[in-house]
Amino acid sequence: MQQDQVVTACIERYRSTAGGLLPLLHDVQAHLGYIPSESVSEIASALNLSRAEVHGVITFYHDFRTEKGGRHRIQICCAEACQAMGARTLQTHAMHALGVAMGETSADGRVTLEPVYCLGNCACSPSVRIDEEVHARVNARRFDQLLSALDDEGKA
Amino acid sequence: MSLRVFVPQDTTAIALGADRVAAELRAQLATMDLDVTLVRNGSRGAFWLEPLVEIECEQQRFLVSNMESDDVPLLLSALANGPDSLEQRLKGLPGYLGSAEHVEYLSRQHRVTFARSGLEDPLDLDAYRRLQGISGLERALTLAPQAIVDEITQSGLRGRGGAAFPAGIKWQTVLDTKADQKYIVCNADEGDSGTFADRLLMESDPFQLLEGMIIAGLAVEASQGYIYLRSEYPRAHVMLNAAIEIAMNAGLLGTDILGSGRSFSVEVRLGAGAYICGEETSLLESLEGKRPVVRAKPPLPAVAGLFGQPTVVNNVLTLAAASSVLAQGGPSYAELGNERSRGTLTVQLAGNVKCGGLVEIPFGRSLRELLDEFAGGTASGRPLRAVQVGGPLGAYLPESLWDTPLDYEAFAQAGAMLGHGGVVMFDSTVDMQSQARFAMAFCAAESCGKCTPCRIGSVRGVEVIDRIIARESVAENVILLNDLCDTLEYGSLCAMGGLTPNPVRSALAHFGEDFE
Repeated sequence: MQQDQVVTACIERYRSTAGGLLPLLHDVQAHLGYIPSESVSEIASALNLSRAEVHGVITFYHDFRTEKGGRHRIQICCAEACQAMGARTLQTHAMHALGVAMGETSADGRVTLEPVYCLGNCACSPSVRIDEEVHARVNARRFDQLLSALDDEGKA
Repeated sequence: MSLRVFVPQDTTAIALGADRVAAELRAQLATMDLDVTLVRNGSRGAFWLEPLVEIECEQQRFLVSNMESDDVPLLLSALANGPDSLEQRLKGLPGYLGSAEHVEYLSRQHRVTFARSGLEDPLDLDAYRRLQGISGLERALTLAPQAIVDEITQSGLRGRGGAAFPAGIKWQTVLDTKADQKYIVCNADEGDSGTFADRLLMESDPFQLLEGMIIAGLAVEASQGYIYLRSEYPRAHVMLNAAIEIAMNAGLLGTDILGSGRSFSVEVRLGAGAYICGEETSLLESLEGKRPVVRAKPPLPAVAGLFGQPTVVNNVLTLAAASSVLAQGGPSYAELGNERSRGTLTVQLAGNVKCGGLVEIPFGRSLRELLDEFAGGTASGRPLRAVQVGGPLGAYLPESLWDTPLDYEAFAQAGAMLGHGGVVMFDSTVDMQSQARFAMAFCAAESCGKCTPCRIGSVRGVEVIDRIIARESVAENVILLNDLCDTLEYGSLCAMGGLTPNPVRSALAHFGEDFE
């Protein structure tokens, strides 16, 4: 399906949902991996909002991307419980291992590295989420193992 | 001999390998002639023991901790018949703990809200009924709305999200406000670091939350509920949606709740990664599909909340507790606790902790007792230096304050707060300057931007702390930092800016040596 057809289908699913903009944006991102800037005016006019309002929502939330990310998303918890167990060292290691800063995608398009504030796994820190899976007690060595075990076809 | 083997399926257990254990068990059982049923239960919350596998035989249940998939053959050979009793055979396994009563971490707790957590498949509605679920709802269906609200008021239940506002007053306000449409909104945006109680409840006992929401709906005459769930909890999302579907099919939700003719529906809405959405008015904006900018109060959400309608906004644990309150009666729930903090407190031991997990106890025990009886010291083995209670907006407490009783007022008096019950432990290697800096940086990253003290004050806070770290005019900059904290505390619209000074000031006051 073409990109604009995907967006139109998502709009149809949520245009009559009360407060449907967030579910709609999640839906678009789930299908395309990001929310294309070209889709903003169509979404705005379907929901009777201004483009500024839609843009304002997309840019506020950490989850929404406006450009394509890597094939996998790795989130490293940067909050206090994980800090107490060495998350700062782990972040530095991860950036080094992937050759990116937080929020960037590796040059081969494989991985986007992001900070996250808490995965609710705080009794077994440091925590890392790779796509939909959370991993516990991740040190530098474990991080490297998880990284090399990533399947490049899609899922971890 | 028919056996049931339980392998937990909550996020932490899976993060520690529970799925691999379950897969290995399933594969090996398929090749063996054993009468064993594999059940994926929730977790009891003793996360340091996960994956905590349990074996049930004739009403007896034995626990084996820290199982790995490599241990499965050993477990299976113990399960196969032999001359000794099952207990004898299991005793030889590494990680064998005996029955739950023998595990002090569990037996020392007083579980009310988490009584069922980890006992059965969280999506088994029959098991939920067997374990006294639904009885609160059944009772609520026989009561008038005012009588339900009275039960909540008598129970002394206060908001478990952190603000500790009396739930009875909130519900009464919504009941007294006339409107054609009212809403129940469950705040499941558990963003505080060091907290996972909401997640555990949603993943291990989701029907209890639904039951509490239905009761709230009956109490205030609302027919629609929303669970605003943070996107960082993908597993809770799956469990809640599955539980809602099962509850719909069983007539618990829908247009004829248990044949009463009353109706209530629940929908899960996913957040998109914003700490501020845990603030109730910001959450409502987000639910309405807007930028989650905090609203000025009044009007209270109880009067004009979601889509301008009267709305109960309660935390997951508050709504879940409502089902216990209705089941056992308000006065009975109020028997537990200390002073004005009634019922049980759910503490989450996190960070640099040896025995991390969820601990539910009545309010009133001291922080030190909690640490001594449950935490088991730091994970690193180094001395414990600082404890942050109540999430990123909570104070860092030095040992001199650990005797503070765990109740809302006692903590407030000590210049701290209980919040949602997160207890994050730090060992002697912690640098309190970095922790103070992080508090300001977190506020800068997560501020909604509506009010100046929070939006700009937090950025300035990072800069001032950076100068202190660089040893530039330290004394003057410390004065400036305290001034800035005053501005944030007294000038911010909501708790995000208002409480960010807590960790900063407590770091300065109690760990001043790190700033010299």
